[in-house]
Amino acid sequence: MSDIQLTLKIWRQEGPDAPGRFQSYASGPISTDMSFLEMLDVLNERLTGEGAEPVAFDHDCREGICGMCGAVVNGHSHGPEKETTLCQLHMRHFNDGDTLVIEPFRARAFRIEKDLVVDRSGLDKMITAGGFVSVNTGGAPDANAIPIPQKNAEEAMDAAACIGCGACVAACPNASAMLFVAAKVSHLSLLPQGHPERARRALDMVSEMDELGFGNCSNERECEAACPKGISIRNIARLNREFLKAAIFSDED
Amino acid sequence: MILDSKIPDGPLAEKWDRHRFECKLVNPANKRKFDIIVVGAGLAGASASASLAELGYNVKTFCLQDSPRRGHSIAAQGGINAAKNYQNDGDSIFRLFYDTIKGGDFRAREANVYRLAQVSNNIIDQCVAQGVPFAREYGGQLANRSFGGAQVSRTFYARGQTGQQLLLGAYSALMRQVKKGKVEMLSRREMLDVVVIDGQARGIVTRNMLSGVIETHAAHAVVLATGGYGNVYFLSTNAMGSNVTAAWRAYKRGAYFANPCFVQIHPTCIPVHGTYQSKLTLMSESLRNDGRVWVPKNPGDTRPPTEIPENERDYYLENKYPSFGNLVPRDVASRNAKEQCDQGKGVGSTGLAVYLDFSEAISRDGSGVITRKYGNLFHMYEKITAANPMHEPMMIFPAVHYTMGGLWVDYNLMSTIPGLFVLGEANFSDHGANRLGASALMQGLADGYFVIPYTIGNYLATISSSPQDTSHQAFKQVADEAAAKIGQLLAINGKKTVDEIHRELGLLMWDSCGMSRNEAGLQQALARLPAIREEFWQNVAIPGSGQELNQSLERAGRVADFLEFAELMVIDALSRKESCGCHFREESQTEENEAKRDDANHAHVSVWEYTGDGNSPEFHKEPLAFENVQPSQRSYK
Repeated sequence: MSDIQLTLKIWRQEGPDAPGRFQSYASGPISTDMSFLEMLDVLNERLTGEGAEPVAFDHDCREGICGMCGAVVNGHSHGPEKETTLCQLHMRHFNDGDTLVIEPFRARAFRIEKDLVVDRSGLDKMITAGGFVSVNTGGAPDANAIPIPQKNAEEAMDAAACIGCGACVAACPNASAMLFVAAKVSHLSLLPQGHPERARRALDMVSEMDELGFGNCSNERECEAACPKGISIRNIARLNREFLKAAIFSDED
Repeated sequence: MILDSKIPDGPLAEKWDRHRFECKLVNPANKRKFDIIVVGAGLAGASASASLAELGYNVKTFCLQDSPRRGHSIAAQGGINAAKNYQNDGDSIFRLFYDTIKGGDFRAREANVYRLAQVSNNIIDQCVAQGVPFAREYGGQLANRSFGGAQVSRTFYARGQTGQQLLLGAYSALMRQVKKGKVEMLSRREMLDVVVIDGQARGIVTRNMLSGVIETHAAHAVVLATGGYGNVYFLSTNAMGSNVTAAWRAYKRGAYFANPCFVQIHPTCIPVHGTYQSKLTLMSESLRNDGRVWVPKNPGDTRPPTEIPENERDYYLENKYPSFGNLVPRDVASRNAKEQCDQGKGVGSTGLAVYLDFSEAISRDGSGVITRKYGNLFHMYEKITAANPMHEPMMIFPAVHYTMGGLWVDYNLMSTIPGLFVLGEANFSDHGANRLGASALMQGLADGYFVIPYTIGNYLATISSSPQDTSHQAFKQVADEAAAKIGQLLAINGKKTVDEIHRELGLLMWDSCGMSRNEAGLQQALARLPAIREEFWQNVAIPGSGQELNQSLERAGRVADFLEFAELMVIDALSRKESCGCHFREESQTEENEAKRDDANHAHVSVWEYTGDGNSPEFHKEPLAFENVQPSQRSYK
């Protein structure tokens, strides 16, 4: 364990309509055992003591699973470590004297609420459009009634691991949510329970994505590189197939 | 008021069926006339919201986070129990019931726990139908694993992310009802109080966390699914936002609080490593299947673990509990780790850690096998500590994890305020004095999917379905009180940050009302708490205003309630003079320093009634009768 000193350039913005700007702070001594969010805690404690407004940032579980945290650090969603959420990024990956530029997840569909906090309700809206299996509580058949090949269950789980953080959207030059939508469409189309609605789901989720102002996919692969859960862009290929099949061959309109 | 748990008559196995038949029904046309508020969108809240909306009720669901997909149920790793007996290894509803009630050290209601075991099977069916990708065997059948406190394999899992997958299943069901217009989802809302009119819960007051606007919402019934209060200790494995506010406000409006001192402290967490630390991270209990726990034999031995020879190590769990060894229940493992550290044999820079060593398992099974079993956990450990458990022992220490105590509810999950229901970790009902692994997910979903949809109708059928609105003056009054409290907080303008005071509270609670408790320590805490509360209300610093996103203000409101609630925990711990499960009173132990229950005097639920600020809470007792199991002293030797 040792201490490092950093220069933090953090995006400060009072509200959705206020102009934002970068503000520089000297971090003071930062233990390399700290997580990135604990480093922000230390800064905020100091700012509060000085009577200044602390930096607003979203966070909750701090275990890398709730998907609430996230910011762009030196141009990378969730910072430079591969497959790591911001809360699981530790300061030992930075060097004494580094400058860190910290800004919110930016996308046309993500309004900035304050500082690093953004509105990601668009992700919920896309799930609402069709990211579910239409089954009411009660009356489900025995869980082992339909065997599911282990390989399919594992592939479905790979896609279902998405934490809905929005890093993929922020990393994409088009601010597309293709990886997010693809993960859900893949998860449910790989399982028999999701089959009855697979065409409708693909059409509705993609159309909702377009309506919300997310961009299109131009195969930059930035989303995959930024995803803290390692969701593969093969899911996007699967989404494209599901969408095409639905648009061309299904009765759904 | 006399506590009536409303346990149905008849044989244990028939109680729930009989009760479902006897519950009054609301006909489908009338369901449309009833509005229900659900606070919280974790497993219990999301599953209740979706199920109630499917029935036809109009549901309004609230959560703190920006999305209902983020409740802290999401962080549960290990799995969910069910009595499916898919492994043909002798499991049954009665065995799951028995293990749960024994694991809880005979401090839970038989009828509730039996119902939990009964509906556990429906939960698995429901989740699979929603598309939850549980682990499967090669042939396509569901896989199971074993877990602490059970001798059968009954735990269903989705890698190390079972909570996430179950929550996303419930969330998808919830969002489907949002699409149908049956649920109105209100995110980034914090419940500040409950509104009680003529003795019935009629609505809530919330703060819009983005705009700061204080809002009022009316309904025919209110369902709290607001989780546990582990963050009273500041450091815990809970999410940062987990809090007691909703439950505490309900308590102050007349809902009784049960067993507040029952807090589960999980033995395998990553140790505290600095004063800036914000939370603790759990390492799945499954690690104890292959890891051996040890400390150096000699206090103060600072050599690196690899340089300490075999004969100078103390494998204290294996030595003390030869038949269970490293697999003793959570409470026993935690207490023993503390005991070793108290003797100066703790390791690491703080001396507050013990080793969990995989070297024997690696040389026995090969590194490939161990990596397949625990690779993701080792990876997580390495990310946080920069040490690789394949090469050196892990360091672990107990941490606050789950609260068995909560608002008192009857068999219908209704609190002592008619119309106020409490689900999941927020209630007290099923885990007694200690929760078994993989049972929290089961209870949250049982309450939400399979209990509340029946029992809420039984209440609604007795009240008028006339439309509810917030015009009653009680709404304005409660909203004004909430606004005044926020104003008061912002006016303090002191010097200490919210976290500084919260840390001080947490340390006091950890030392005096943590893994082991004694009369003197608890009395000291009781004397010290008013001073910390005073310091908070005189000297806390909250920058910014109330009319904006203000995270300092949010935390301050929660800490203000923790500061009051802590006192009730200590009072409860003082009054329970026996040791049971997680609650270890040093005065009540066997000759071998194990927890000693006192069934003659303490076979009851301790239930507390609010009697006004500054007054002592009134104690009520719900006696626990055991007709189907014989309470025995737990032994793991």
